[in-house]
Amino acid sequence: MSDVMTAPRAKVEEKLFQNRYLVDAGRPHIKVKAHTTPSASLLAMTTLCPAGCYTQTESGQVEVAADGCLECGTCRIVTRKTGEIEWNYPRGGFGVLYKFG
Amino acid sequence: MGEFNKPFDAIVVGAGPSGNAAAYVMAKEGLNVLQIERGEYAGSKNVQGAILYADALEQIIPEFRDEAPLERHVIEQRMWTMDDKSHTGMHYRSDDFNEEKPNRYTILRAQFDKWFSSKVKEAGALVLYETTVTELVRDLSGKVIGVRTDRQGSPIMANVVVLAEGVNGLVGQRSGLRDEVAPESVALAVKEMHFLPRETIEARFNLSGNEGVVIEAMGTITKGMTGTGFLYTNEESISVGIGCIVSDFAETNVTPNELLEAFKNHPSIKPLLADSECKEYAAHLIPEGGYKAIPQLTGAGWIVVGDAGQFVNAVHREGSNLAMTTGRVAAETVVSLTRKREEMTAANLAEYEKRLAQSFVMKDLKKYKGIPELLHKNKGNFFGTYPRLLSQAMQTWFRVDGIDKVSKEKAIFRNFRETRSLWGMMGDAFRVVRAWR
Ligand SMILES: Cc1cc2nc3c(=O)[nH]c(=O)nc-3n(C[C@H](O)[C@H](O)[C@H](O)COP(=O)(O)OP(=O)(O)OC[C@H]3O[C@@H](n4cnc5c(N)ncnc54)[C@H](O)[C@@H]3O)c2cc1C
Ligand code: SF4
Repeated sequence: MSDVMTAPRAKVEEKLFQNRYLVDAGRPHIKVKAHTTPSASLLAMTTLCPAGCYTQTESGQVEVAADGCLECGTCRIVTRKTGEIEWNYPRGGFGVLYKFG
Repeated sequence: MGEFNKPFDAIVVGAGPSGNAAAYVMAKEGLNVLQIERGEYAGSKNVQGAILYADALEQIIPEFRDEAPLERHVIEQRMWTMDDKSHTGMHYRSDDFNEEKPNRYTILRAQFDKWFSSKVKEAGALVLYETTVTELVRDLSGKVIGVRTDRQGSPIMANVVVLAEGVNGLVGQRSGLRDEVAPESVALAVKEMHFLPRETIEARFNLSGNEGVVIEAMGTITKGMTGTGFLYTNEESISVGIGCIVSDFAETNVTPNELLEAFKNHPSIKPLLADSECKEYAAHLIPEGGYKAIPQLTGAGWIVVGDAGQFVNAVHREGSNLAMTTGRVAAETVVSLTRKREEMTAANLAEYEKRLAQSFVMKDLKKYKGIPELLHKNKGNFFGTYPRLLSQAMQTWFRVDGIDKVSKEKAIFRNFRETRSLWGMMGDAFRVVRAWR
């Protein structure tokens, strides 16, 4: 089972390497608020994020690493009721840079 | 910033098709327009399939065919119903589509938006890139009088703000102009760009010159979720993607990437992509709530166009044309009020909605207002049961195995009835007809 779970995740990372990004170092545009137990919505982001930005730590909290973020906004919409994340666009000019779109 | 001391006639937030259409029309008519785009260049944040419907653009830039970066004109449309191993197709190909002024083209949005943006500048608008609008500025009466950005310290003023900010629409939402988009009303699509030599594409799809094919697919490829897949031919690349309603994704825990991988590896799709090189992976939301999800569109000093107003006809996969049309109509409304020296009040701007009601935009969205809910409530049947039954019926019918045709017909009918009761099927047919009308 764990193989099935990790294989596509690794692949997403490979795919993200093909994209161009301008990372705003030290100023992540998405933050997960401190929590002990994530809601079902936040937990769902560990599979739902198309860029695999969300992971669950061993102690059960959900973390985000937004460097590969595709800026789709899915996590913002899914957690809109629980308010567990803080979501902003990257500063003007930063973030993903689509060549083809 | 001295140049921003005097209020602009209009500020446009966003440089996608809706914002570009609005800014272009207003600037062309002599208005003093500022457009603000958060990307490094117009298109750098934007994703589409992408089919461009010529008519909407032709009404804004009639000679666009001579200049715009167009990939292929579409001469063949394939609609596929898929189960795990098969597709049942309806193909329409006509030499009539090889006309002097073709009706549909494939495009690459990052390049197309960049071109459109250059036209906006030519028309005389001031365009600021790499700048994110953070909030609207209001006067004491609540009228919107300008915007704040993450670059300029002081607010930038305008008589009217055109919100062309796309599906996420943070500025409008955070200013309380509309609710957050619901996960049931929006699809998440993932897409890849696969490169191949143009001769290979032409041989594989039976094309010559700039002819193009588009494939729209539905069925078990979305694993019971409401959604569709697509594959479009470009000049030297193929766009392939799949999208499903966000709330469905959240329930099923299928990763979007896995779903796309499975679609790409489907026996009907895989050979079309063989030996290609993938150069980009993208994701974007599509508003799919339809007519019932359209928010308030105007108010004192503001007006909403494009995806921010949920203007997408999901049944026909039209979005960019609705975006350009709403952008144009909003601009024409603002131009006519400016000429008459009328204020940008809520009552005056409501003229935009009256004009839209007369256009194909509202007429089409109204026609399909029942479809999103119908698909949502019956997704198991439409994206699982029926595609499977159709494939089984086709296979029973085409396989020559010594069984007589009457028995085959009976077997097909029995299979349908046992899998989905007669009442269930009749009910679904009735609901489809009602939602379609
Ligand atoms: C996978 C996919 C396939 C599609 N296929 C088709 C198709 O084949 N045919 C079709 O017609 N439509 C299609 N659509 C729909 C179409 O892409 C949209 O309807 C269209 O792009 C909407 O245009 P828009 O200008 O309203 O929004 P967008 O194109 O999203 O543009 C919004 C712009 O605003 C900018 N912006 C947002 N917020 C700010 C801010 N605060 N400050 C500054 N700038 C900001 C963004 O960077 C962006 O450039 C598809 C969509 C997707 C995702
Ligand atoms: S915006 Fe989209 S890509 Fe970015 S973290 Fe959220 S879900 Fe993932």
